[in-house]
Amino acid sequence: MADLLPEHPDFLWRNPRLKSSYDVVIVGAGGHGLATAYYLAKEHGITNVAVIDKGWLGGGNMARNTTIIRSNYMLDKSTRFFDRSLQMWEGLDEELEYDFLFSQRGLITLAHTDAEVRESIRRVESNVLNGADAEWLTPQEVKELLPIVNISDAIRHPVMGATYQARAAIAKHDHVAWAYARKASAMGVDIIQNTEVTGFLKDGDKVIGVETTRGNIATEKVGIAVAGHSSLLAEKAGFQVPIQSRTLQALVSELFEPVHPMILTSHHIHVYVSQAHKGELVMGANTDPYTAYGARGGFHTIERQLAAAVELVPIFARAHLIRVWGGVVDISPDSTPIIGKTPVEGIYINCGWGSGGFKGTPIGGYTLAHTIAHDEPHEYNKHFGLDRYYTGHLVDEHSASGVLH
Amino acid sequence: MMLIDCPHCGLRDETEFEYGSQAHVPYPQDPQALTNDEWAQWLYFRDNPMGLRAERWVHLTGCRKWFNAVRDTVSYEFKATYPVGTPRPNIPPHHGGIR
Repeated sequence: MADLLPEHPDFLWRNPRLKSSYDVVIVGAGGHGLATAYYLAKEHGITNVAVIDKGWLGGGNMARNTTIIRSNYMLDKSTRFFDRSLQMWEGLDEELEYDFLFSQRGLITLAHTDAEVRESIRRVESNVLNGADAEWLTPQEVKELLPIVNISDAIRHPVMGATYQARAAIAKHDHVAWAYARKASAMGVDIIQNTEVTGFLKDGDKVIGVETTRGNIATEKVGIAVAGHSSLLAEKAGFQVPIQSRTLQALVSELFEPVHPMILTSHHIHVYVSQAHKGELVMGANTDPYTAYGARGGFHTIERQLAAAVELVPIFARAHLIRVWGGVVDISPDSTPIIGKTPVEGIYINCGWGSGGFKGTPIGGYTLAHTIAHDEPHEYNKHFGLDRYYTGHLVDEHSASGVLH
Repeated sequence: MMLIDCPHCGLRDETEFEYGSQAHVPYPQDPQALTNDEWAQWLYFRDNPMGLRAERWVHLTGCRKWFNAVRDTVSYEFKATYPVGTPRPNIPPHHGGIR
């Protein structure tokens, strides 16, 4: 299936010299940062923009995630937000004129306890009321859709049913970053790699520039989209975010013929798996429990998750694990992203996506761009500001996303 | 698998322990007196440093006692473990470590 991959062109974006001033500086050239720059240019006509990254483009969590795109959340605010993101994904490859193998192959989320069955059916009904597609499946219907699943009663965590979102998808993650970068660059956005933001220049409570390893840049608007490193940059800017950085591990097997045409997840036993176009099984684990910036985790986390995967899908026992890696994810107290204004005038932040930022790449970029352009949040992110931790209006999504994204 | 030095039981496997967030964050003395901002600080905002951090851990499948630890959030190395109620030991950022 590797021949399905698009031809890789020589240059997708310009590598311009860093200018001494910009209308907007975006910190972080990952999916969200690049999407923000793209929507600033496309939706708001703001093209005098730099996207700055301390490493290379798309080299953080954009390169490390398991690419699951879904919108079956529980609460109205988050389901509408994530389903809008899914709608943006549907057609994004055509809009960006770049194929990233967006594949709406359907997501099965297993339920293993009576409580989970009740919660899952409630979530299906909630999704349908919010316009996101969702169905409840019996174990036999799971087996018909995905024959590799073991629905026997004689296992540690028997399958008691599942929710099903047919529109859920995977995509080739790095190509998504490149697609956004290419279009943003073509509209005039400067993408500056290997340049670290080391501080912020302020006039009172207002930002007037950023300090970087290549000198200072004058700007009155800064968007921060740096995932697990959000606390560190916020501290440099003089405010706090309620984020804990943790390790999330993922892994791939060797390449196989197609055996798993969907996405299979279980909240209860912390496993999610799909088969990438190239043929490898891609799995993710739960986050390692403690605050961590090391981008690696304990092998026992992986071991527990593989044991569950092998019991649910016995043929995976023959698969060889070839690579395990970690990323630094930004966990917010209510498992809902933070997109909005900050206590510093002119600084806007997009963080708190935890283990599920990839699916939100389009809406995260779109809403941050809107917030930067208008100095006010968009309808879709007005409930997702930092202020909710002070007013108590949390968007508490643990029931639907505490573990899996 | 890391080994963690429980102050009561000695070195045990990491999987016997559970993490309990930042240490030395006492319950407010007079909760009624706090402003919304102070409540938010106490409820939702914790240090998230790259480097040394004092944390609470519990030896869940051992003695089940809580204790404190100073741990490096990059190397994950436990620099010190110490009983609840005692002050954070003063450890320089690049101490070398014990294990």
